[in-house]
Amino acid sequence: MAMTMTQKILARGAALDSVTAGQLIKVKLDLVLGNDITSPVAIKEFEKISVTNVFDKTKIALVPDHFTPNKDIKSAQQCKAVRDFAHKHDIENYFEVGQMGIEHALLPEKGLVVSGDVVIGADSHTCTYGALGAFSTGVGSTDMAVGMATGECWFKVPEAIRVELVGKPGKWVSGKDVILHLIGLIGVDGALYQSLEFAGEGLAALSMDDRFTIANMAIEAGAKNGIFPVDDKTISYIEAHSKKPYTVFEPDADAQYVKTVTIDLSKLRPTVSFPHLPSNARTIDEVGDIKIDQVVIGSCTNGRIEDLRIAADILNGRRVASHIRTIVIPATQKIYLQAMEEGLLKIFIDAGCAVSTPTCGPCLGGHMGILAAGERCVATTNRNFIGRMGDVKSEVYLASPAVAAASAIAGKIASPEAFDIA
Amino acid sequence: MILNGNAIKYGDNIDTDVIIPARYLNTSDPGELAAHCMEDIDKDFPAKCKPGDVMIGGLNFGCGSSREHAPIAIKAAGISCVIAKTFARIFFRNAINIGLPILECAEAAADIDEGDALRVDLSAGSIENVTKGKVYTAAPFPEFMQKIIASGGLVAYTKSRG
Repeated sequence: MAMTMTQKILARGAALDSVTAGQLIKVKLDLVLGNDITSPVAIKEFEKISVTNVFDKTKIALVPDHFTPNKDIKSAQQCKAVRDFAHKHDIENYFEVGQMGIEHALLPEKGLVVSGDVVIGADSHTCTYGALGAFSTGVGSTDMAVGMATGECWFKVPEAIRVELVGKPGKWVSGKDVILHLIGLIGVDGALYQSLEFAGEGLAALSMDDRFTIANMAIEAGAKNGIFPVDDKTISYIEAHSKKPYTVFEPDADAQYVKTVTIDLSKLRPTVSFPHLPSNARTIDEVGDIKIDQVVIGSCTNGRIEDLRIAADILNGRRVASHIRTIVIPATQKIYLQAMEEGLLKIFIDAGCAVSTPTCGPCLGGHMGILAAGERCVATTNRNFIGRMGDVKSEVYLASPAVAAASAIAGKIASPEAFDIA
Repeated sequence: MILNGNAIKYGDNIDTDVIIPARYLNTSDPGELAAHCMEDIDKDFPAKCKPGDVMIGGLNFGCGSSREHAPIAIKAAGISCVIAKTFARIFFRNAINIGLPILECAEAAADIDEGDALRVDLSAGSIENVTKGKVYTAAPFPEFMQKIIASGGLVAYTKSRG
């Protein structure tokens, strides 16, 4: 039976010759991830299972990144519970504040995920690692607990939607525009229980950072995972970051897909998703006059070095509008350092931005940039649900780093093309 | 198992940020979470929810974040069962894993109105609308998931299998 890329990885993880959509299988895990919000619940559940040790102390990653550096006493207690568990079980990949980064930027950078891996994470954006040709998906704390105890997880084998990318994107179009456009096309439940399998000659024009951004938001279309084929860029990335052995899977030529969605990258425009769903996508030409109060550039979606370079390119020698609070959050310490060495941080600070240590902070309305009633934010984050970044009456507009930087200068949602000096 | 309660109805795409806003995720205490359940779209929910009440959702119920705090908050608020047209997949897993009964039934989710008296037979997957005098049938869960549900959740199921 022909299989998709996802099905092949799951079949290997289940030690089966083949699997078919709808089949319930138990799969061996290469990595189990949790953060400071989900791990405390998982630890409580883990302790209810009669096991003394975790299945493999090298295959668990604990990243306190959401409410860190600890934003209040309760958050400090939660982080302490994670830290104590990590020490008790000698978890190799526990990342304390100072080495910590936003989990989905950090794990690939640390080489903890390679192609062919099966990864679960108690964080919905765990699907990010599909960019590396891995099967990775978000689960809850109880799945994480059982994963830590047994090294296994049950899955229903998903069907897939094939996303065929053709053409080359224009200068200011990046991975974020691709995924916002796709979610706009298929809806927030357009890929429910399914894989999004990316394909096509257009892939060659997408950097690894673009692919991380796209795979990251597969969940916003309801997908179980988003996955990219492995090409030279993927191999170079993996070999530069990891010593782990990797396996390259390709979908069978006659694999079955529920449908194929074709996107011509050359026709994409910078895209903005309006409140309160990521599927409310509009091109920059359709946004109208939307005054804003805050801009956030960062998150597991768009806090990588390329994102910061694009924003800095636009902000260089300019000032953010006087009434705008612009918060830039490099996603990991390494990215932060790189941004410093490349002079990007100076550009941001000279432009009037606040630059923060890595944290998920404002994306989920935790800290570091909460919105008041009636305020609007352009954010490179991933969700614009009601109350996501603060007050119930605040609004989040999702966009690329280029649109976010341009909007910070203009004081309203703006196209990066307005600042094109080339 | 038979559940009796009144319907509390919401629309499509009820996300986990509205089920339990992230500003309350600095705790995992079920009682504290329940006190803030649904508050961003329905401030009255904790007060109006009576033990046994049934939450009705539309399409893609529980989309967004993987926070298990969402089904925990719903369960701790007294909701006995959630019926929706479709569930987002992580919420679906989490509900089964923590032992919050859920049923996928588009007909019931569309037809039931706020306040309708319901009688839900979980093992049969049948939903009786006592107010309207109708019966709807939900698709049964695969056997494997029924075992998890019967054990009281994934941890109890895993433990029972040693």
